[in-house]
Amino acid sequence: MTKHLKYTPWVLMAPFLALFLLTFILPILAAVGSSFTKVRREGLFGEEGIVSEFAWFENYAQALADGGFIASIGRMVLFGLVQVPVMMLLATVLAILLESASARWPGFFRAAYFLPYGIPGVIATILWSFLYVPGLSPIIDAAAVVGIELNFLGPSTVLWSIANIVTWTYTGYNMMIIIAQLKSIPGELYEAARVDGASGWQVAWKIQLPLIRPALVLTTVFSIIGTMQLFAEPQVLSTSSTAIDSQYTPNLSAYTTAFAYNAYNAAAAQAVLIALAAFILSFAFLRLTNRKSV
Amino acid sequence: MTATQTRLDHQPARTRRAAPNSRDRSAGRSKASTIITTGILVVVALYFLVPVYWVVLAATKTTEDLFASNGFWFGSSFNLWTNVVQVLTYDGGVFVRWFANSVLYAGVGAVGATYFAAAGGYALAKYEFRGRNAIFGTVLGGVLVPGTAIALPLFLLFSQLGLANTYWSVLLPSLVSPFGLFLCRIYASASMDTSLMEAARLDGASELRIFHTLGLKILTPALVTVFLFQLVSIWNNYFLPLVMLADSSLYPITLGLNNWSSQVERLPEFYELTTGGVLLSVIPLGIAMIVLQRFWRGGLTEGAVK
Repeated sequence: MTKHLKYTPWVLMAPFLALFLLTFILPILAAVGSSFTKVRREGLFGEEGIVSEFAWFENYAQALADGGFIASIGRMVLFGLVQVPVMMLLATVLAILLESASARWPGFFRAAYFLPYGIPGVIATILWSFLYVPGLSPIIDAAAVVGIELNFLGPSTVLWSIANIVTWTYTGYNMMIIIAQLKSIPGELYEAARVDGASGWQVAWKIQLPLIRPALVLTTVFSIIGTMQLFAEPQVLSTSSTAIDSQYTPNLSAYTTAFAYNAYNAAAAQAVLIALAAFILSFAFLRLTNRKSV
Repeated sequence: MTATQTRLDHQPARTRRAAPNSRDRSAGRSKASTIITTGILVVVALYFLVPVYWVVLAATKTTEDLFASNGFWFGSSFNLWTNVVQVLTYDGGVFVRWFANSVLYAGVGAVGATYFAAAGGYALAKYEFRGRNAIFGTVLGGVLVPGTAIALPLFLLFSQLGLANTYWSVLLPSLVSPFGLFLCRIYASASMDTSLMEAARLDGASELRIFHTLGLKILTPALVTVFLFQLVSIWNNYFLPLVMLADSSLYPITLGLNNWSSQVERLPEFYELTTGGVLLSVIPLGIAMIVLQRFWRGGLTEGAVK
């Protein structure tokens, strides 16, 4: 290898690596560092300055002892157990229907389902909140005519109202990934199935589902990570629903701890715990799916 | 057929032989199954389009009409033009400014991130050097780290550097796409022939020139996916600008509209501003999604199947 070739890859990678270092590695190290640090004020009123000292696991113990924070993680696990399977099922069914020869105008439907993905979570939430708020919502009005009283923003329903917004936003995106994988299935397989007299159901179960498994696993992992990060939807909806408190999701909790209480070290510990929870749940899911295939 | 053709052009050669059968994939094609399938698809389409339909109507109404009239039909007045003018001129045209900020963040961020990811992924795929696997492993870990877990410490870091509450505080993190580098590396190893690079070297082309001419050209399908993915994720980002920006003139559209909608409880005229603003921000995105969806290759799976 010539000397010339030795430096080229580093020149090519330099901009990416510099930015990656600045916006990924340094903040992660800083977060881990400050999650193990506590700030102590010297003097009676802190007038003699502040000192940082090593706190061991004090911040983590504090986060784990915080009932509101733990409850928010539990809430997201419940949310994920219901919303992710519903969304993946819907995305898979839509992808298979759109790719089947029975579908009319597949281009139109694909665009219609994919459209919400381009609408930011905040704007999607503002949109849906209009359909959730009594007085504005034509859905609530229509249900009242039939004698059903709907409350989308109550303590027991608001979590599922958020789940609806998330499903609305991301189903089309997941569907597109599944469609991409469906398109890569060789035509000969369908040909062979037809020769063997397989029905549409059998084609879906025996050929399409097993072959789109990688896409399903991947989109599910990304959905799990996304669930743990839920922030914009509950934060925006909290202005119209009193059932959402400042610790409704783990991220909302970390945000409140950092900016409302100015407790950056405790917030750093919460941020690390959120990342860990996302990792653990993703890996647990990957292990589960790998075992099934053996 | 032209749409299918365009899509196929983006696919690596090995899947192309599926093309002749691509419209003929299901065993059941009876008239009944067509009706049932299309019926289901129509119902689902209603679900996805109803909120957009509602906001189109809402943007034509006065605040009184918004509450008095049926949400799924027009009110007694047609106020669309007044509402739109109000959205565009309110507070010295701040809405236009927010929109321009979003275009700046998403446009510059996505172009830069795609170029840097392409260069990095290409280098990792096509050169052998020490530390290659360590770098790839670290970047891959970056794909899985939740973005919001990084935003808080990044804010503290940028505060110390004096970057918080500037355009840079949102732009710099937008220029990095670990997923993009991951995809470009996989695409470059799979579809770029090293003998082509050797030939270019014999012709006397420099390494950087080979990347900029040959490399970028062959990587184009992957670059389109990375660009679109990054564009949408910057455009939709809320947490990062929320944490970074205090000055409302730097806001992207997500933050700006949320600012308006959080005031409706106290000041009902913000209903008109919010519905009009939501409509104006959804229209360009809707058009973009419809135009771009044919290029959307869901390239994520490209790596997963190998």
